[in-house]
Amino acid sequence: MRRVLLVKLAHVVVVLLLVSLLTTVMLELTPGGPAYAILGESATTEQVEAFNQEMGLDRPVVERYGEWVRNVVTGNFGESYRTGQPVMEVVKARMPVTLQLAVMALVMSLMVAVPLAVYVAYHADGRVDRAWSVVSSVLISAPHFVVALLASFVFAVRWKVFPVTGWEPLSNGLGPNLRSAFLPALTLALGEIAIFSRVLRADMITTLQNDFVLAARAKGLSAKYVLFRHALRPSSFSLLTLAGLSLGRFLGGAVVVEVIFALPGLGQLMVQSIFASDLFMVQGLVMFIALVYVVLNALVDLAYAYLDPRVGKVRAG
Amino acid sequence: MSLTQDSDPEVVAATEGGDGLAVLAQTRVDPVTKLTLKPPRAHGRVIVWLATGWLVVMVFCAVFADFLPLEKYSAPVGPPRQTPGLRFDEPLGTDAIGRSQLTRVIYGGRVSLAVGVIGAAVAMVLGGLIGLIAGHFRGWVEAVIGVVMDTVLAFPSLFLLLTIAAIFTQSLPLMVVSLALIVTPSFARLARASTISFAQREFVEASRAMGATHRRIMFRELLPNIAFPVASYTFLMAAVIIVAEGSLSFLGLGIPPPVPSWGGMVSAGRDSLATDPSLVFVPATVLLLTVVSFNILGDRVRRRFDVRKSSL
Repeated sequence: MRRVLLVKLAHVVVVLLLVSLLTTVMLELTPGGPAYAILGESATTEQVEAFNQEMGLDRPVVERYGEWVRNVVTGNFGESYRTGQPVMEVVKARMPVTLQLAVMALVMSLMVAVPLAVYVAYHADGRVDRAWSVVSSVLISAPHFVVALLASFVFAVRWKVFPVTGWEPLSNGLGPNLRSAFLPALTLALGEIAIFSRVLRADMITTLQNDFVLAARAKGLSAKYVLFRHALRPSSFSLLTLAGLSLGRFLGGAVVVEVIFALPGLGQLMVQSIFASDLFMVQGLVMFIALVYVVLNALVDLAYAYLDPRVGKVRAG
Repeated sequence: MSLTQDSDPEVVAATEGGDGLAVLAQTRVDPVTKLTLKPPRAHGRVIVWLATGWLVVMVFCAVFADFLPLEKYSAPVGPPRQTPGLRFDEPLGTDAIGRSQLTRVIYGGRVSLAVGVIGAAVAMVLGGLIGLIAGHFRGWVEAVIGVVMDTVLAFPSLFLLLTIAAIFTQSLPLMVVSLALIVTPSFARLARASTISFAQREFVEASRAMGATHRRIMFRELLPNIAFPVASYTFLMAAVIIVAEGSLSFLGLGIPPPVPSWGGMVSAGRDSLATDPSLVFVPATVLLLTVVSFNILGDRVRRRFDVRKSSL
């Protein structure tokens, strides 16, 4: 176990170093240099020179990279050129929104996926199972913006149950907050429900073949008891890993949903920064998200290795 | 992830090569789990044919778009915001400034399909080679490749695409490259797993014992065997790429106008969602049907060719 931990840690550090390298280099790669991208096409040579000097962009790349890494380690992800605000400040302000969205989506999807998967695993090949198979195929394929617009159309435009766009922070009350977060979370959750239910169903069916299930039933325990109390736990490894990974995916991948529902989260920030050519913000944000994502994935991997000792060193990629 | 219900591998094995009668004789109901352990039927066949049909139509329209009797996609051809209907003139309606939805959907499909197919093919070749090398050489080569792949995977895919869009100006080749990039690690992972599983077989060992060079082992022994399993995932990856392209276009970071794109059409129609939902749902439905078809077909192809037992 200790060895796995060390290897994982080394892996994470190396990947993060490469990511930090990439984010420094990406500024170099803008055609014409970051100065032109940020100041605009019409910038004069003097403006560009002044900008480069001010931002320290005329120093060698290696020196800048070293400084970037030192900054990141101390929590300084750079500053926006437009507003001068430190990236971390903006991220801290917007993180709760994306986080709440991700957690809500995860909870919603688990609440639906687990009972559903248990049911279809128990009644495998039944009508519900076959129907759900088709439906889940569609849900998995559907792009977020399609689902979002469909949900928005039905529940916000036609039936007016939820607001079309906008975010009510918790300070405005729990009710409005949940109302504004429901449709976006639902959009994200629908795709995950399909994935989670498939994984859990497959694992449950395998678990149900075991003798201990037969033994429990023979002892007179009800089907529901056996399913939920005996069979569910050993079947949930893959599901839990997937759930952890999904959380990470939501944090970085809710971009489209945030844009459609106008939620002031990290994804919307990314899109706005790109359109405003705020490259320093983009650089810092990408580094931050990658950091969170890599650490989260590593934690999930470790948890999985801890829960299931059989896994060991079987890692792909 | 499988569409059909192959739940019990033992049953599948037991019925392989059996005739109908033997198959029937082995049907039984498990009293505990109530699973009817019958051999897997060919259900879902209709859906697979529908999916294939849809894709054939889409590809045909995309390839022969210029020869079809369509209006131009950038010129207004009729009253704006016409709803779709069963008629010959503009069956899919018109958009906000009167352009033909049908034409725009077909030309948008051109972009999406081209990007999806070419991107998936590029990723398959690139990822396949990378995985082959990693799986064959193992050791530090595999470790380095693994780290590089993980760096790409360290970014949520849309974020990576957005970053690339932030740096460079968008164009068709760049989109193909960046979309292929996000899918390459998946292919590499698959190729590596397949290579490792084949590299342990006797014929590879024999080849090595006979003094075959690395190149020969990789390309004559391993590659032909991993080719099918790796290629079987192409449809699924194409679906992923098409969704990603749609999202990029939706955010305005895809192919720049006047070339229509499905995502762009959805984005443009978003403001009129309340009044003219067809502006959004015509391209959205076409996109959805195409992606679902790719997924269904890809699932079926993958199940046919994938060597690995697990369905994940």
